Amino acid sequence: MKKLILRFLALILAFLLTPVGCKQAASDTEGSVIKVGEFASLTGKEAAFGQSSHKGTLLAIEELNAAGGVIGKKFEHIFEDNQSKAGESATIVKKLISRDKVIAVLGEVASGRSLEGAPICQQNKIPMISPSSTNPQVTEIGDYIFRVCFIDPFQGTVMATFAKKTLKVKNVAVLTDVAAPYSVGLANFFKERFAADGGQIVLEQKYSSGDKDFKAQLTAMKASNPEAIFVPGYYTEAGLIVLQARQLGITVPMFGGDGWEAPELIQIGGAAMEGTFYSTHYSPEDSAPAVQNFVKKFKAKFNGETPDAMAALGYDSAMVLADAIQRAGTTDGPKLREALAATKDFSGVTGKTTMDAARNATKSAVIITIKDGKFKYVETISP
Amino acid sequence: MSEFVQQLINGFSLGAIYALIALGYTMVYGVLRFINFAHSDVFMIGAFTGYYVAPTVTRALAAHSFLAGVLVLLTAMAVCATLGIVIERLAYRPLRKRPTLTVLITAIGVSLLLQNTGQFIFGANPKSFPKLYVQTNFTLPGHVIISSDQIAVLVIALILMVGLRYIVLKTKVGTAMRAVSFNPTAAALVGINIDRVISFTFGLGSALAGAGGILYALNYPSIDPLMGTLPGLKAFVAAVLGGIGNIPGAALGGMVIGIVETFVAGTSWSTYRDAIAFAVLILILLFKPAGLLGKLQVEKV
Repeated sequence: MKKLILRFLALILAFLLTPVGCKQAASDTEGSVIKVGEFASLTGKEAAFGQSSHKGTLLAIEELNAAGGVIGKKFEHIFEDNQSKAGESATIVKKLISRDKVIAVLGEVASGRSLEGAPICQQNKIPMISPSSTNPQVTEIGDYIFRVCFIDPFQGTVMATFAKKTLKVKNVAVLTDVAAPYSVGLANFFKERFAADGGQIVLEQKYSSGDKDFKAQLTAMKASNPEAIFVPGYYTEAGLIVLQARQLGITVPMFGGDGWEAPELIQIGGAAMEGTFYSTHYSPEDSAPAVQNFVKKFKAKFNGETPDAMAALGYDSAMVLADAIQRAGTTDGPKLREALAATKDFSGVTGKTTMDAARNATKSAVIITIKDGKFKYVETISP
Repeated sequence: MSEFVQQLINGFSLGAIYALIALGYTMVYGVLRFINFAHSDVFMIGAFTGYYVAPTVTRALAAHSFLAGVLVLLTAMAVCATLGIVIERLAYRPLRKRPTLTVLITAIGVSLLLQNTGQFIFGANPKSFPKLYVQTNFTLPGHVIISSDQIAVLVIALILMVGLRYIVLKTKVGTAMRAVSFNPTAAALVGINIDRVISFTFGLGSALAGAGGILYALNYPSIDPLMGTLPGLKAFVAAVLGGIGNIPGAALGGMVIGIVETFVAGTSWSTYRDAIAFAVLILILLFKPAGLLGKLQVEKV
């Protein structure tokens, strides 16, 4: 009996010792590459966003590796799909950090899902860079969370100014997606600014992501006679909303934010989308050499596809990270965080990136319109 | 006033689609006494059949957009009817003598199977449903606008419901359906082939779901493999509200849900549209437990 117990103890000891040995072996191979995690909506409702952003990131990492990587190491890009579903991102980010041992996380486009991943990165002191979540709350999670795009208070201001100066309207109705923090935030900032500028919000109506029927809300809007309608939602619903508004005989201009930016918007909305506007981060029609160079490389890699703003920001998010690793000289969390926070005038595809005290990038916005079934550049509005 | 009429039109066209789906739930319940939860996914398959068939059909019949539209509708109905019959044959018939709960769980399984196979084959991304004809808006007196899609929904739903009523009340197979619903054992004793009647019921209900899928996709041209879940749930509520197992009840229930939902969504309570639609169900069932048109049956022990 005693022998049996001893044998058993020896077995337990053996088990306890082996993982240590394994871990050391693993960290040896980890040393030669820089593991970067990415979580994105590669399928599902906002797949167009996730795919664009992901392609931009892919291109950036490929370029960085072709140039020999940074600090003598190449990048290993580990990405996971959250199916555009709420609740998936937290699990995925946990997996990226604890199992894959990534040194930084890139993602997401949608603010709601960035808000799920951010607390986990913060807890583990792993820097996270969101390419295009514009809701202010995202970087408020903590000092390890960054973004390379402008935030909704700015976007709200831009659209309020646009409505007042370019559309020359005073009475605007707002249709908000209450299930998306992005939409709620943008609607609020727009309303605040527009009212401060002497405009009037005649009616605000609400819907939830995934709804298909908006005729009831739009009929109520029509009765309140707005001069324009602001729809700060995502493209799946925005396309249907504009389509149904036109079917109900609403002819006033309709406009939205960067959530509209996807080819699916025109596929769903069709001819109804003509003459609508939205604000976004960049236009592929921009003649700046950095933009044209990026468009050329992107088209060469992805069968002639024109990169949209999400692709450009996905690209910039990886480039900003590489720049910070270069400056920090290490991939150690706290040091990398400091280098990221010190990012100043980094020249990317979407303009110059400078991290402010709240870890948000200050950048200009562009207004796009839809003409003959295509996205056309209208104007650039600076901060 | 014109806003009220406009909302009424919106509500009717939404309710008509719910009604078409609800008919399938109620017919299956009528003959088999169980809820076919896979029904809402047959509705989804209807929309996707249209998505894949429409480009070819509209190209071949470019000059006759009306004919092309009817052809797309009929194809979707035929595909869905076949699917409904196959589902019944493979999944439900082997369990005919088992407790209803077993069949119910199987139905949920079939529903998940269809959804996930759909995601695998069609992809999870929303797709834009092609236009079958040129969209036009008609202005009625009082600035009320009705779109060609809404007219299509109302007219087609009406034709299908009248057709269904004719089949159930005037034809031999309809009489057999009613007999099976009334008393399966007695129906079998007088020589009715129960299996065939049940297959027919599934085919008929699924064809209506297929038509509903096309009409829904025409009005809301963004389709995805999970699109059936919410309309399916509402239609189920509609069927219960009208009195499950009762065909005119399902049509009425669909209209009630559609109109209530639309009127709620038109107010500042718009986010509670689903909650209030379900609250109406609870209220009606409190006062009429068998639904609006249902008759209460006392279960003999």
